[in-house]
Amino acid sequence: MSLSVMLSLGQTALELGLMCSLTVLALFLSYSMLNVCDLSTDGCFTLGAAVGAVVAISGHPILSIFAAMLAGVCSGFITALMQTKMGIDSLLSGIIVNTGLYSVNIAIMGGSSLLNMNKTTTVFTMVKDALAGTPLASYSALIVSLTAVALVVVFLNFFLKTRLGYAIRATGNNPDMVKSSSINPAFTTIVGLCVANSFTGLAGALLSQSQKSVDINLGQGMVTMALASLLIGGTLISHGSVLKRAIGVVLGSFIFRLVYTIALRFNMPAFMLKLVSSVIVVLAIFLPYMKKQWPNIQRRLTHRRASSGTTTQDQKGGK
Amino acid sequence: MLRLESISKTFNPGTVNEKKAITDLSLHLKNGDFATIIGSNGAGKSTMFNAICGDFLTDTGAVILDGQDITFMPQHTRARQIGRLYQDPMRGSAPGMTILENLALAAGKGGWLSFITRAEKKAFAEQLSRLEIGLEDRMDHPVGLLSGGQRQALTLLMATIHPPKLLLLDEHTAALDPATAEKVLKLTREIVEENKITTLMITHNMEDALRMGNRTLMMDSGNIVIDVEGEKRKNLTVQDLLEQFKAGAGKALDNDRILLQK
Repeated sequence: MSLSVMLSLGQTALELGLMCSLTVLALFLSYSMLNVCDLSTDGCFTLGAAVGAVVAISGHPILSIFAAMLAGVCSGFITALMQTKMGIDSLLSGIIVNTGLYSVNIAIMGGSSLLNMNKTTTVFTMVKDALAGTPLASYSALIVSLTAVALVVVFLNFFLKTRLGYAIRATGNNPDMVKSSSINPAFTTIVGLCVANSFTGLAGALLSQSQKSVDINLGQGMVTMALASLLIGGTLISHGSVLKRAIGVVLGSFIFRLVYTIALRFNMPAFMLKLVSSVIVVLAIFLPYMKKQWPNIQRRLTHRRASSGTTTQDQKGGK
Repeated sequence: MLRLESISKTFNPGTVNEKKAITDLSLHLKNGDFATIIGSNGAGKSTMFNAICGDFLTDTGAVILDGQDITFMPQHTRARQIGRLYQDPMRGSAPGMTILENLALAAGKGGWLSFITRAEKKAFAEQLSRLEIGLEDRMDHPVGLLSGGQRQALTLLMATIHPPKLLLLDEHTAALDPATAEKVLKLTREIVEENKITTLMITHNMEDALRMGNRTLMMDSGNIVIDVEGEKRKNLTVQDLLEQFKAGAGKALDNDRILLQK
């Protein structure tokens, strides 16, 4: 593998990793902080992509980004409303919203399951045009996604240090405490999910605009991939300040993409990506669990070995 | 300050598990009253606290705090005026957040989008140093690293950082070792006296029940059967109290923890 190929592979992984890390940051807020596993992520990602594409095609590239985020907020609001005010289990409300969003997304795309943005002006083409002729020209996608991720990380860093941020973290950390405090857990859950899903919507819009097309299945499996990245990031930087952990999460997303890009390079078929992400999630949760259980298992095994030895002797003696 | 007007609560009504937790209970606490509560298992002590805090809506009656009818007020709105400590020291603070963050959350100064100021941090350190357990030097440590006693002391500070109108203590020292329990009780008394907070304290320690506060309530079968204060209470011994309970409730006091203590 030549150096230039490696570099270009690295750049692709970095771009994709950065764009998808926005979804990972969304889960960092909803899953790690608020302790809600938001399964509407897949649908919300496509929603952001669809809304972003429709608005961009209609000639408003900048507005399309904010529209996609707003769409994410709406989706998060509905998910949160279902679990806080309608008595629907948090996992179930995510699944329900995800299912419903499939129809909504096709409706937004005007009844089609594929939208093409080949000739559409997007933030990516705008930056590319602006940088044309400079040495940075080939890095336009990288610059756009890096800016978006940096803004979200900085926002999260400040947001989670406000009183509202503390209240959101406490809601996930000790629901008992929050229930008997002056914090309304319904309110913190709603705000948390709205903010988280705005990031997911943003990620969807950016990814689709960089790929110049939206497919109704764009977001499929996104929640598992994001979880995989989140858990990889968590093993890199498990504690420390919010800023450190958020950066760790972005790194996790990058590593996940890098491994995947290298695997593709070694002729792994592209359709294996989802299986790989599933396996990573399972391992990332199972290995720490196993590590905790290991002394018990060892103890049982030694006991079984020792006792099986004595019982056979006893039986012999008895007979 | 606090007035309970014939409140009742039945759990699982109409089923085999029907449980009349409190029946037609009335209580009037004067401003600055510190009442201790003892009672048998399942007498409705914690249920009464839950009713005051709004964990559930009472079936009948009214809860009035400082002249305001709070019967239908949501739990988190009431919580601004009511501080509460549970027996479990893990319940009152967020383990994954630092001492400073927990205090900032409890203090709740400024708007939702405000940050901790340097002045606030200094004020928190001062308040922590009053606990005399060295927490002021560990403000950036996660609360999960503290011992049960330290956490309960911190929770006490959090609950009273803005002196509430009413403080509810639900056996808040029962899970602590005797020395720590004594320390937390001393702190409780100091904070309550200093801020003149109206307080209700459930305890299984008969000595504490008579020693602390100015009034003692005994509960049985979802109601208050004995209510003593003033001169009458001063000369009361634990034995007297047990006999009075037997006369009032028509049976001997059966509380595992009280019996185990004897």
